Formats: sequence, structure tokens, C-alpha cells
Amino acid sequence: MMMEISGTRRFINSFMLALSGIATVLVVSVLFFILGYLLIHGASSLNWDFFTKLPKPSGETGGGMANAIVGSGKVLLLATLIGVPIGFLAGVFLAEYSGKSFAFLIRYVVDLLNGVPSIVIGIVAYAIVVRPMKHFSTLAGGTALGIMMIPIAVRTTEEFLRAVPNNLREGAMALGATKATTIFTVVIPAAISGLTSGMMLNLARVAGETAPLLFTALGNQYWSQGWLAPIATLPVMIYNYAIAPEDDLHQQAWAAGFVLLTLVLLINVTARLIIARGPASQRR
Amino acid sequence: MRAHMLRKATAAFAIATLGTMLATAADKQPIQMTGAGATFPAPIYQKWFNDYQSIGNVQINYQPIGSGGGIKGVTEGTVDFGASDAILSKEQFDTFKAKNGGHTLLTFPTVLGAVVASYNLPGVTKELNFTGPVLAQIFLGKIKRWNDPALVKLNPGTTLPDMEIVVLHRSDGSGTTFCFTDYLSKVSPEWEKTVGRNASVSWPVGLGGAKNDGVAGLLKQQPGSIGYLELIYAVKNHLSYGKVQNKAGEMVKADLKTVSAAAAAMKELAADTQVSITDAPGKGVYPISTFTWLLVPDSFKDADKAGAIRGFLKWAVTKGQDSVESLDYAKLPAVVAAKVEQRVSLIK
Amino acid sequence: MASSTYIAETLSRRTDRGFIARLRGGDEISYLVTLACTVSILLIVGLIVFELWVNSRPTFTAFGFGFLTSSAWDPNANKFGALPFIYGTCVTAFLGMIMAVPLGVAAAIFLSEMAPPKLSNILTFLIELLAAVPSVIYGLIGIFILVPAIRVYLVPPLQAAFGHIFLFEGTFYGLSYLSAGIVLSVMVVPFIISVSREVLMAVPTEQREAALALGATKWETTWDIVLPNASTGIFGSIFLALARALGETMAVTMVVGNSPKISASLLAPGYSIAAVIANEFAEANGDLYISSLIFMALVLFGLTIVINAVARIFIMTTQGKGA
Repeated sequence: MMMEISGTRRFINSFMLALSGIATVLVVSVLFFILGYLLIHGASSLNWDFFTKLPKPSGETGGGMANAIVGSGKVLLLATLIGVPIGFLAGVFLAEYSGKSFAFLIRYVVDLLNGVPSIVIGIVAYAIVVRPMKHFSTLAGGTALGIMMIPIAVRTTEEFLRAVPNNLREGAMALGATKATTIFTVVIPAAISGLTSGMMLNLARVAGETAPLLFTALGNQYWSQGWLAPIATLPVMIYNYAIAPEDDLHQQAWAAGFVLLTLVLLINVTARLIIARGPASQRR
Repeated sequence: MRAHMLRKATAAFAIATLGTMLATAADKQPIQMTGAGATFPAPIYQKWFNDYQSIGNVQINYQPIGSGGGIKGVTEGTVDFGASDAILSKEQFDTFKAKNGGHTLLTFPTVLGAVVASYNLPGVTKELNFTGPVLAQIFLGKIKRWNDPALVKLNPGTTLPDMEIVVLHRSDGSGTTFCFTDYLSKVSPEWEKTVGRNASVSWPVGLGGAKNDGVAGLLKQQPGSIGYLELIYAVKNHLSYGKVQNKAGEMVKADLKTVSAAAAAMKELAADTQVSITDAPGKGVYPISTFTWLLVPDSFKDADKAGAIRGFLKWAVTKGQDSVESLDYAKLPAVVAAKVEQRVSLIK
Repeated sequence: MASSTYIAETLSRRTDRGFIARLRGGDEISYLVTLACTVSILLIVGLIVFELWVNSRPTFTAFGFGFLTSSAWDPNANKFGALPFIYGTCVTAFLGMIMAVPLGVAAAIFLSEMAPPKLSNILTFLIELLAAVPSVIYGLIGIFILVPAIRVYLVPPLQAAFGHIFLFEGTFYGLSYLSAGIVLSVMVVPFIISVSREVLMAVPTEQREAALALGATKWETTWDIVLPNASTGIFGSIFLALARALGETMAVTMVVGNSPKISASLLAPGYSIAAVIANEFAEANGDLYISSLIFMALVLFGLTIVINAVARIFIMTTQGKGA
């Protein structure tokens, strides 16, 4: 017995499918528009000056963001050194050593940390680093961003370590390895592509953060010396230049946005490719 | 294979870190100082600090974050010195003393500038005339449209459009705000009662922009808007600004002469040099003028820094004054400059 | 057989090592170090809550809970009230979600149910890239593209049609609750799509096949069978997105107008908790001022905790179902 699908139902079917398709088209076109606009506008604003010169005093054109580019690099380096080891090792603990209820508590607290708005982390970093040390610094900025990197580092590590099949561990132990050796010479290398890609995504996420840097790193028109001086960073420069009235500064803001976005997207795409080609996908 | 790559990556990472650390430590460093504060004098300060680098072997990083930020920064000690066009209250001086082991915060005037009433009125090319009371009414939200009778009366030769007035103000703590509200408080009792004078006030109406830059940016984008700006921001961005009626009844445009006249009318300089020159009496005076001050603690742990800032201040009020007029700031009156040079020795 | 007993015996001998031997093997250190890192995370979170709590006390002592319902914001007179900011945070986030959720779920449905797998994967990849765009860049786009576009293309027809409703009254200055809401929705949509799509794809195919076999159209299958199955997961993603929208700072600060007043009209300028902290923290001098900002930060933190918890409950229920 073939049931006839009524015309109304068929119409609703096509209509709804079309609607959902339109929604998708809308969303994807926004993406292309953003990227495209940034590409065109930003790339055309790029020049050699942008990468090599320091910002010029107000009113003079032709400055660049050389110090902000390096500055972002320094702050992110520090953030990685602060946040990743703690997060990674905590993830190891969760995956390999912890008992069930303790793990539940930790995961909850880590989720809590993840949910802290970035501006609040900035406030805390101000209170615990800037105020006692009596200056704004790369260290303060790195601390704020480092704290933000912890939750994702923990989650990624735990997830990818757990994904390593148990027989690898058992095999190693059977050969006489201690638990520690097993973890560090067998399990972690087995998960390495997932871990690397996770850390890269983590870095990309934090690379664009502006709010926590506003009152930790402050800003600098010159090269920042050492780790205890205020420092210019790309996202903060974009913010400052975007709300300024000079068109010259707007141009630089677009250029900086282009550089930042390119970097972030590059890291993202690389990270995902690593996952796609890693052992996890090769195992059938 | 993968472990091999991992080792390589770690090695590269370690080398990069070490390299950066060594590189940044290697240079023979000039003295480094950080200052923050007012956006009002930011253009001239940035030029000065840039020019002074080679003279005094000191790199002064100045971050324009608003007078409020400057006061807070120097009080908490997170920056070496602050900058503010807002006149500090006794409480603020006391707070500094309390947080800095009894030391005093010294104030040094550096330049004179003007706060102008800038507007974006498409189609209106002639300069508009304002009076203090009318400005107060606009910023109180009582005068809502550009063709309000009060404005029409002041500008007989100009056709004012029937547009809503979009009021713009600062969203951050600002010395420019202080100067403007100080002036409005002097000319409008209603303003003084309801809003008052401060670096940060509760604005009855309007949109907020951050720093002088932010307000200038909003002015550019929003037709029908009016905002208060430091003179050079209006000039730089080709924004129209109006004449304001001074105490003597004249309609005066802000420029070097009229601002200097405001300072000249000052009878006596207070001991700590903090004096308001808004609504000054006399002919040819621009009524919304102000000094701007550098806020420097009277003692530095680092003797080099103390020496550097002393040297800078001396230079700024002498040779530095040669470059202020090109940026539309007025020179300090001679008597004030002399006082600054004298007080510099208070910095230990 | 013999080999396994041999292994068992060797293992049991090995585990009877002395403390020093165990130490040399690295087990104790490894355990302690990783435990220390975990505990330090607990300490960091504790520190955050502590700092927020302690630094909010002055405001709490001065105003009590009335702080949350007062709309006075006058640093001059030392009067502070959080209502305009709480209002603005909620309105902009709500606006953002209202636009993002239907769009996001619809697109997720398309990607999981309708689109051919290859297309779906490519599009999802691109959409997840959208989620990686930093907030300040959305702010940049907001100021220079979105706001002028809204001013020219969206608001005139909107006001022509609905101008009498209180929601759309008044002059539009560009910077407003509406602009912030639109920027937030653009930021949050990729996230909703990505999670919802995964949840939808996790619904077992047998369910779909059963429905289709009974004569349902594709849409009816989706609406009546797949969606309800996936609904808790989708709700979870919505709440996570909401938490993100509430805490969003830069993009909102750049387009919301920075006006600490409560307005019914969406076209009016407003403020949010994150935005006022970003703008005023650097210069907040005076204990009451600073602690008011920090109290609001605490409120925001509390809000995101609650919403994240709700999201977790939804997601855990989904995982329970799937298992």
C-alpha cells in the first residue's frame, strides 16, 4: 500500500528545507563577507612600514606596528609558558591518576574557570600582578592570558589522553615500565597530534584577546625591554586605532586586523589538518 | 619519527625563547619611564617625548588613557608619572599621600590649551556662536534641536537645520570634561547644581566616546552631533568648532592668542600651580581654556628616573615650548614657566 | 600460558619496589607534580573568587543589594548603581540570541539533514573558522561596516513599519543596543551551528529511517523525530552561547554607545557590565568606584556560572540519552 504524501505536506517539506538552506547561505555569506572585506581592506593597507616602523606621534602619518607584532608574540609566549604546562599536567592527572569524584570536582572547577569573562581575568591579573609590582608589564599580560589558556589545555589533554586505547598502556606496563614512564613515553606520544592541535587552537583563541590586556600590558610606543615593562600588542592597537578619528590610523587598524586574523586562521586550519591526518583518523 | 619531530620542535621553541630573552636584554638601554593620563595634551607630549629621547637618553612611554587614568596610575604607583587637566581635589592628594608613604604629589603645568564646542552640521559652513548658558542647556538636554530659538538668536546670519542635537561626551575620566564642566558650572547655576564639575560626571543626555579621539570619531560619523574637544583634535580632523562668548561679552574663537589671554588674566598662581582659568575676565579671552599638568611624585626610588624627569620638565618649559604652537597649544606664561623650573628641584 | 604467568610474576616482583626505587622510576614525582598542577588550578579559581569578593565589599557595605536595582551612576557624587549595566548586558545578549538561535539551528538542520556530506563538511569547517575570529575584529567590522549598514538599510524601514512601538522609538545614533545585539548574534551563531549539528548527527539513523519508512517527509522526520531527540543538546549549546554573549567585551564596547541609562528603545545607546569595566576600570580612583566595578564583575561571573551550569545539565542529559 503506497501512501500518498499530500500536496500540503510536500509543500511544507520543500519550504522548510529551503528555509534552512537560506539560513545556511546567510551564515556562510557573512563569513565570506567578513573575511573578504578584511582581506581586501586590510591587505591593501599593508605596507613595509607597517611591519617595520614604530607608531608615530599623533598627527604624523606613516607609523607602523612593528612593536605590537613582536609584543603580541612576547605576551603569547609568556602565556603559553605559564598556562600550558599547568593545564597539560593537570590534564595528565585527570586522565591517568585521578579518582572519579575528585575528577568530577576538578572538571567542574575547570569549566568554571573557562566561563570567567576575559575582562574579569584582566581585573584579577591587575590585582595580583600589576598592583603589587607597581607597573604594567608583559608579565601581567602573560599571566592573564596564561590563566585563560588553562581550561582548554586541561580539557584537550584529558580528552586526547583518554582516547589512547588501554592496550597501549597495558603493553607498556607488561614490559616493566613504571606508570610515569608509560605516560610520558608511550601514551603522550600516541596522542601527540591531538595534543598539538589542541594547544594550537588554544593559542589561536587567546591570541585575539583584548580585554585582559587593557589593564595589564597597557601599551608602549617603543620596543618593550625585558618582561617587566608595558608592551604594545596587536589587539589593543586595533582597538585604540579603531576608535580614533584619523583615517590613517583606521587603515592601520584594518591592516593589523588582517595580520591578526590571518595568523589566527592559519593556526586554526593547521591544527585541524593535524587532527585530520593524525593517528586517530587512520585507525579504522 | 614523531618523537623525533617533537624533540626538534621543543629545541626550536627553547632556542626562540632564549634568543628573545637575550636579545631584549642585550641593548644598552636608555632610562625607561612610563607615564599615563590625559589625552588633552597627548599630541604635544608624544612629540616632546619623541624629541627628548636623544637629548636626555630617556625613553618615556606615554599612554593617553584619560586624566582619570593618569591620577589613578600615579597614585597606585603603576606608572612613573601621570598627566591630568583635571584639577585634583584635596581627597586625591591625600589618597596619594596615604598610598605612597607620606610623599606628596607635585603638579607641573606644561602647556595651555582650549576646549572647543565642536559640531557636525552638514550644510552649515559659517562658524556658529554659542554662549555658556546655551551650551549648558544643550548638554542638559533642554535645548534639543539645532533650530531652537536660542541658537537662532545667536546666529542670525545662518540657517540652522531642523535636526536633533546629538550630544557627545566622554565615557572615561577626563580632564577635558573637567575643564568643560568647570566652565559650565561657572556660567550656569542649574548646571552646577544638577551635574557639577568633575573628570567624570553623570551626563543627563548623550553618547559616550572614549578619549578625545573617541569623541572626535563620533563627531565625524554622526550628523547633527555636538561635543567638547581639545582644540587640536578638532583642527586635525577638520571638524567645525564654534565661537564662545566670554565674560566681557565678546564672541571669541579659540586660538593661541585668546588662550594665552586667558592665562594672562590670572591674578595669582596657587602654590601648587593648580588653578582654573575658565571664564576668565578681560578682552580677547577664550573662556574655556585650561592648563594641563604633569603629576610627579616628589620622590623616586630610582635616582636616574628622578634626574630624567627633572631634566625633561626643565626642557619642556624652556626649549620644548618652541614646538607647542605648531600643534595649537599656547605657551606657558613666563611667570608660570619660571615657577615650574623652580619647583622641579622638589623632585628627589 | 607459561609466558603470561611469567609476565605476572615479573610484574608482581617489580611492584614490590622500595620507595627510593619507585622515586627513581618517576611515579611518585609524576603523581605529585601533576597533582600539584591540578591543585594549583583550584587555587587559582579560589583566588579569582576571593579577589572579586573581597574587593566588592566596600560597595556591598555601602549599598547592599540595592546596588543591583539602583540606576544612579555618578562617580562625582559617589553614587553607584548597577541596574543600567545589568539591563544592557541582558538586553544585548537576549537580542543576540533571538537572532542567532533560529538562524543557527536552521543552518545546523540543513547541514546535518539535508546537505550532501561533502558540502556539509566543507561548510562546517568554514563556519568553525568564523568561531575563531577574535572579538576585536568583530568590533572593527561592527564600527565600520555593520553600524553604517544598519543605519542606512535596516533602521529606516524598521522605524517606518514599527516606529510607534516603544522598542523602536527615538533617533538612531548608530551605537545602540540593536547594533550590539546584531554583532553578538554574528559572533555566537557559528558556535550554535557547530554544536547543534553534532548533536543532530548523533541521533541514530535508525530513527530517521523508521520515520521515513512510515511515510513521513524529510522535514516531518526532522521536526518530529530528530529535533526532539537532539533538543536537550541543542538547548545546552544555546546556553553555552548565551554565557559567551554575556561576557563579551570588546565587540560590545565598540558599538553599544557607552550610555549608562536604561532605555526601552532598542535604538538607544546603552552599556553593559563588561563594557563599563573595560572603559572605566583603568581610571576608577576611589575605593567605592573600584569596588562597584568589581561587584559588577562578580555579578557577571555569577551569571555566567549559573548559565554554564544549566548548559552542563542539558549536555549531560544528552550524553546520558545517547549512551
